[in-house]
Amino acid sequence: MAAPGSGAARPGATNGREGAPALPTGRTIELLLLVFAAVIVTGALVLVEANQEQELTPTLLYVGLAYLVVLTLAHLAVRRFAPYADPLILPSVALLNGLGLVMIHRLDLADQDRAALLGQPLPGSLVFKQILWTAVGLALFIAVLWRVKDHRTLARYGFTCGFVGLVLLALPGLLPSSISEVNGAKLWIRIGGAGIQPGEFAKILLIVFFAAFLVQKRDLFSTAGRRFLGMELPRARDLAPLLVAWGLSVGVLVVERDLGSSLLFFGILLVLLYAATERVSWMLIGLGFFVVGALIAYQLFGHVQVRVQVWLDPFADYANRGYQIAQALFGLGTGGVGGTGLGAGRPDLVPFAESDFIWSSLGEELGLIGLASILVVYLVLITRGLRSALAVRDSFGKLLATGLSFAVALQIFVVIGGVTKLIPLTGLTLPFLSYGGSSLVANYALVAMLLRISNAARAPLTRRPAAPAVPIADAGTELVQRPAVGPTTGPLPGPTGGRP
Amino acid sequence: MPELVLQLTRAGFLALLWLFVLVALRVVRSDLYAASGLRAIMPGGGRVASRAGRSRTARQLLVTQGPLAGTRITLDSRPILVGRADDSTLKLDDDYASTRHARISQQGEDWYVEDLGSTNGTYLDRAKVTAPTRVPLGVPVRIGKTVIELRS
Repeated sequence: MAAPGSGAARPGATNGREGAPALPTGRTIELLLLVFAAVIVTGALVLVEANQEQELTPTLLYVGLAYLVVLTLAHLAVRRFAPYADPLILPSVALLNGLGLVMIHRLDLADQDRAALLGQPLPGSLVFKQILWTAVGLALFIAVLWRVKDHRTLARYGFTCGFVGLVLLALPGLLPSSISEVNGAKLWIRIGGAGIQPGEFAKILLIVFFAAFLVQKRDLFSTAGRRFLGMELPRARDLAPLLVAWGLSVGVLVVERDLGSSLLFFGILLVLLYAATERVSWMLIGLGFFVVGALIAYQLFGHVQVRVQVWLDPFADYANRGYQIAQALFGLGTGGVGGTGLGAGRPDLVPFAESDFIWSSLGEELGLIGLASILVVYLVLITRGLRSALAVRDSFGKLLATGLSFAVALQIFVVIGGVTKLIPLTGLTLPFLSYGGSSLVANYALVAMLLRISNAARAPLTRRPAAPAVPIADAGTELVQRPAVGPTTGPLPGPTGGRP
Repeated sequence: MPELVLQLTRAGFLALLWLFVLVALRVVRSDLYAASGLRAIMPGGGRVASRAGRSRTARQLLVTQGPLAGTRITLDSRPILVGRADDSTLKLDDDYASTRHARISQQGEDWYVEDLGSTNGTYLDRAKVTAPTRVPLGVPVRIGKTVIELRS
């Protein structure tokens, strides 16, 4: 790792200046980090198997091989379609996804043990489903990189994206509960055995829409307004986008009973508004809206009250409603600073340990030290996204990258905050770690878009400096016209080739 | 698995995770030194080269094109007057140059070119010189049909 950022540069991509080095693409460092991530994930898998006293089965080898194939294909796709993309985004994603797979496999083993003890039929293996979803996610990842050559074309489909996003978001709420309801939240479209959560995809489409919309209209939102208490208040009629965001999130909350997504949508749109207009008043007004909405929701909806009560004191109703979060807290406490070691804990005691509560599973077995390292990997992913937003030159790309990165960040905060009892629990998945097909596939699409934007930000300017076609001595000297009638009437004393 | 091996692998795996983080942060750090998204490449290229270039000072003035091509003037601290006048340091025989055309003088480590109100102007690379402008090494200064460069 002695030469970070060094990489095979494409010939012909030099900056035109003689002696200037070709820009590093970062593909070599990406490959090295991917290999490193694969080593870590393989090590984790071996540790789990050893601690669970399992033998390496051929089926498991296939899962491992499939993971490596996915990494290789993703890397090749980036090399092919986005050669200047950020070198840190893909390895971070690969490490998170791999650790998620290992932890899901580890919980599979625990479930199988328990079923064998109780004499029940063996439960299906979740890790196979997850690796299938990873493959689907990879397909979408490559498709996005391949079809979206330039992120700016997305701006043209802003309203289409917004419309499709709204339809996807509303669809589960309108469908009958038999198709759309799982565990009390109407988020799903289930056909046959497979189910997807369209809200995950709606999130990305709505970010595209809001970025495109705000780039068009942001002057409206940031110009007119009155000054009050030292800040510019927007005009009442310009509050429309904020009201739409608020209505959207409240609608999700009411119809689909999904606290997490509603929080996510509102937060993303608020941050995009702030990024587009640079006005603090939007944030304050938005937070005011949020507080009002939260209070009303608390008064009206029973499930919100339950969540808040469980948050305030999970042990008050330990056996029932508080069981999940109390078990998660016990798990985190058991893990302590260093963790029990992979495969040596009992993370399976938490309900939904592989999806919503994978954070506590990881915390039990890796401890605070491991959790902190995973958080830093997330942080690297998010900061690279935001850095692309800073570096890219068009404002649509800036807003889009900001929105996408912030969506990941807010989702991580909401999930980890919920699991660790910092904020009320909301049913969201951790990006790339949790078991859950839609979330994984949608997040792969999100990362593909981030890579596309970072490619645009890091690629050399295509406008080449004017080639020195004419030798410099013959370049157009600024000639002063000799006046036709005589030197006395000329405004400038110097004749052509003047001898003052 | 024996307890000792369990403890060692446990610590080893956490160390591996943090090693990944450190390598990633190292890449972030190296990226901080690269130009922030704008990537203006210094002439001569790269951070190392520009640092080396700063330590080099101009020692010679070389006429690269024009009637006097090939002429070298060794620089000392005195300013160089360029023009058609007889008392110029570099006396040009160039129809497009003025009598007192430009002055190249040293300030600190750097050399600056200054137009002395010439008719046809002085050009640093392709930009017209309107105020005293620093002349980097190897960048052509055009005066009429004559092109001069500073060399170390």
